[in-house]
Amino acid sequence: MASAHEAQNEHHIVPKRVYFLIFAALIVLTWVTALVSRIDLGRWNIFVALAIAITKASLVILFFMHVKYSTRLTKFIVMCGFFWLSLLLFITMADLWTRSWMGVPGR
Amino acid sequence: MDTNVADAPEIANPSALQHHFENPEQQRDASTIGMWSFLLTEIMFFGGLFLAYFAYRQAYPLAFASASLKTDLWLGAANTTVLIGSSLTMALAVHFAAIGKRQLLVLFLTLTLILGGVFLGVKAYEYHDKWEHHEIPGPHFECDGCVDAQHTQLFFSLYFGMTGLHASHMIIGAGILLVLIWQAYKGRFTPDWYTPIENFGLYWHFVDIVWIFLFPLLYLIDRSGRGLT
Repeated sequence: MASAHEAQNEHHIVPKRVYFLIFAALIVLTWVTALVSRIDLGRWNIFVALAIAITKASLVILFFMHVKYSTRLTKFIVMCGFFWLSLLLFITMADLWTRSWMGVPGR
Repeated sequence: MDTNVADAPEIANPSALQHHFENPEQQRDASTIGMWSFLLTEIMFFGGLFLAYFAYRQAYPLAFASASLKTDLWLGAANTTVLIGSSLTMALAVHFAAIGKRQLLVLFLTLTLILGGVFLGVKAYEYHDKWEHHEIPGPHFECDGCVDAQHTQLFFSLYFGMTGLHASHMIIGAGILLVLIWQAYKGRFTPDWYTPIENFGLYWHFVDIVWIFLFPLLYLIDRSGRGLT
């Protein structure tokens, strides 16, 4: 346990190659999402765009921000932040999406 | 040795282990967690604006779809590329700080500053374009060919609010970068202690992530013209 903990906390030097690979992936995804936005996929446009954005953000968080190599406590704190954000967005939007179904006044 | 640290006189070298930490790793982890705690407040800060965007887009889909076509897709994509490039140079700057390459650290911090400046320049050009076309919410607002023009003002209010808050984060970041470049040039950072570089990197990448979501929401998701017919 102690040794694993120490190994985790060592200065983790990520090889430069990793940064260049992540950068290339981010650029490709940027231009893919820009081009796909011109194709009419109906309601799927927003899902494709957001899926690509979430993938890009995850790559930045895990590799550029070193969360992949950080302690479990740091990972937990990062997860808490995004979990809170998802509560804010999903619960509010679930309300707004479904109000009109029931004919509730005020949409 | 550990017991002596607390008795040591106050010294200017910040690389010294502060007496309330057991070891350098704990000190490092604490600063990383502190920085992330700040970034969580930033997620809440931007999160409210993202929620406002989703809520009003849900309420006025036609207005948002037609207003979103007023953004320039190619400028937006090019600017995203520039900003991701600045994240790469920032990640490399942290890398060179960790292995103690002072000159490369200064070089890559400077490149990050330049790319950030290019991003802000393109953004200023886009703002100017909106100004020329009277697409600023207010009494003189106009939106040629927009559906439900009254509510397209909501889109542009959110556009300027969200990209403006993002840009102000970048301007603050550029100011901090200037200080860090000067300190790095003076040799303040060593592989033992480069916490400001590392934490600034987290801030810069966070600002990049905000843009990664602003780009599809403001420029892309209504681009195909769905909802206009």
